[in-house]
Amino acid sequence: MNMNVTSGIESGFDIKDIRQHFPILQRQVKGKPLIYFDNAATSQKPQIVLDALSNYYGHYNANIHRGIHTLAEEATAAFEETRDAIRDFIHAGHREEIIFTKGTTESINLVAYTWGRANIQDGDEILISNMEHHSNIVPWQILCKEKNALLKIIPVNDEGELDMEAYKKLISHKTKLVSVVHVSNALGTINPVKDIIRLAHQAGAVVLIDGAQSAVHLDIDVAEMDCDFFAFSMHKLFGPTGVGILYGKKDILENMPPFMGGGEMIKEVHFDKTTYASLPYKFEAGTPNIADVNACKAALVFIDKIGKENLRQHENELLAYATRELKKIDGLHIIGNAKHKVSVISFIVDKIHPQDLGILLDNSGIAVRTGHHCTQPLMQRFGIPGTVRASFSVYNTTEEIDTFVLALKKAIKMLA
Amino acid sequence: MNEVKSIAESEKEIIEDFSLFDSWDEKYEYIIELGKKLPLLNPVYRTDDHIVKGCQSTVWLGSSFRDGKVFYEADSDAIIVKGLISLLIRILSGHRPDEIIQAQLECIKVIGMASHLAQTRANGLLAMVKQMKNDALAYQLQNQLNQAE
Repeated sequence: MNMNVTSGIESGFDIKDIRQHFPILQRQVKGKPLIYFDNAATSQKPQIVLDALSNYYGHYNANIHRGIHTLAEEATAAFEETRDAIRDFIHAGHREEIIFTKGTTESINLVAYTWGRANIQDGDEILISNMEHHSNIVPWQILCKEKNALLKIIPVNDEGELDMEAYKKLISHKTKLVSVVHVSNALGTINPVKDIIRLAHQAGAVVLIDGAQSAVHLDIDVAEMDCDFFAFSMHKLFGPTGVGILYGKKDILENMPPFMGGGEMIKEVHFDKTTYASLPYKFEAGTPNIADVNACKAALVFIDKIGKENLRQHENELLAYATRELKKIDGLHIIGNAKHKVSVISFIVDKIHPQDLGILLDNSGIAVRTGHHCTQPLMQRFGIPGTVRASFSVYNTTEEIDTFVLALKKAIKMLA
Repeated sequence: MNEVKSIAESEKEIIEDFSLFDSWDEKYEYIIELGKKLPLLNPVYRTDDHIVKGCQSTVWLGSSFRDGKVFYEADSDAIIVKGLISLLIRILSGHRPDEIIQAQLECIKVIGMASHLAQTRANGLLAMVKQMKNDALAYQLQNQLNQAE
C-alpha cells in the first residue's frame, strides 16, 4: 500500500501492545477501568488515526480537486490515495467504483434513490431478510411505496440463520433487487452471501450487500463475491465517523442517474443543460469529508499491520470464551446461535429487562448495547423487546470478559 | 391519607435518603427496591393510550384530578426506571398543577441520577416527566375553563 503513515505496530499479535494504541482504553468510567464491548456500534480509534486527523488540520487542510496550490494538491493526493487503499482493501477492480458517502445508511439510500428510481417498476419485487438493520429496510419500503413494488422478506430460523430454502422459493423473475446483510449486527450471524448472490444473478436480480458489520471481521473481496453493490462505514473499522463507502460495479454505476446535484459532480453547467462528471465524482456532490476520509487511510494501515487473520483469530477466541462463560449463567439465553458468527453475543435473562442490565453494567464501567439494535422486525421474530449485546474487538481481553461475567452475575442478583 | 409534603420537602427528603449511601451499588439497590414496591397500576391505565414510549423500556402513566390536585400512578417493564418513577411520583403526586409544572426536580441531579433524565438516555424517563407536566397543564386548563363557566 502506498501510505506515508507508520503505525508503530509490530507485525504479529501482542494484545498489550495493541491496547496501548487506543488512548481511550486508559480512561475510567464510574471509577472503574473502561471495558468497551460496544464495538458493533462503533470501534475505538488508534492513535495513528487521531494523529492523521490532527495532521490534516495542522498541516495540509485545503479543499480538494480544484485548487492549484500546494495544500490543495497534498489534500487531493491524500484523499485519492485513500480511495486506492479502500479499493485494495475490498479488492474492487477499479478505483472509480469506490464512492465516498457519510455512512452505510447513505450508501444504501444512494442506491435506493438512484438505481432504485431508475430501475424499479410497478409489480417488481425487492427481497430483503428478517434480520436487516432498519437502514436496509426503510429505504426499500419508501421505494416500493413510490413505485408500487413489493417488498418480500427472507425468513430467519430459530438459530438466527437465513432460511435458504425459503429464499430459493421467494426469488423469481419478478425479483429486481436482493439487499441483504453480510453479518447481522444484532446476532452476529455470517450469511452465505456468495450463494445468495449466485442465485439472485441466475434470476436476473441485482444484489446489494450491507457490509457494515462484516468489513472489519471478514476478508472482503467484492470481485470474488460478485455483488453489484457493497456498503460499509469506516467508523466500525477503527476509522473516524462520517465516512461511508459505496462500492458499485462500474457499468451499473455509469448507468445510474446522479444522487445529489451541486459542485464537484458536474462536467459543465448551463441553464438549459448540465452534463455530469465521470465516476466516482458524479456521486460525490459538494465538499467531501476530507479530514475523516484521509484519516481512514491510517485505520487501514492499522488493520493491515495487525493482519485480519490475527484479528479474526483473537476475536473468535473471545467469542468462544464469552459464549462458554455466559452459558453457565442460569436463566440466560443467547439469541443467535448460528454456526458461523462474528464476535457478537446477544442475550436475554429471564424476567429481567435488558435496559436494567445495561444500566448496572455501565455502573461497573462496562459498555454494552441494550435494546432492539435497530432491528425491530428481528426482535419481533424472536418475540422479545430487545437484548443485551456484547461485541468484541481486537483490543478486548478474556480478563475483561471475566470482569463482565462477574458484573453481570451481580446485576442479575440485584435485579432478581 | 398522610399529609402531603411540599415538593421542596419531598426533594429534600430524597436527597437525605441518598446521602446515606456510600456507593453507586447501594443507590441502585435502593432504586430497584423502590421499583419493586411501587403500588400496582390501576388496570384501566394499562392501555396503549397511557404508554409513554421510550426507545427501550415502556412506561404506563395514569393521572387523576381531585380537589385541585393531580395524582399519578405508573408502571414500567424495566425495574430501575420503575424505581425512578417511584421517586417522581413521591415528589409530584398530590400537588396543584402549577406547582407540578414549575418543579425543576433538582434532587434527581443531586442524587446523581441526572443522566437518566438526559436526552442521551433512551429510557423514556424524560418523556415521562414531560407527560406528567402535560397532564398537570391539561387539568389546569380544564379547571380554568370550568371556573369561567
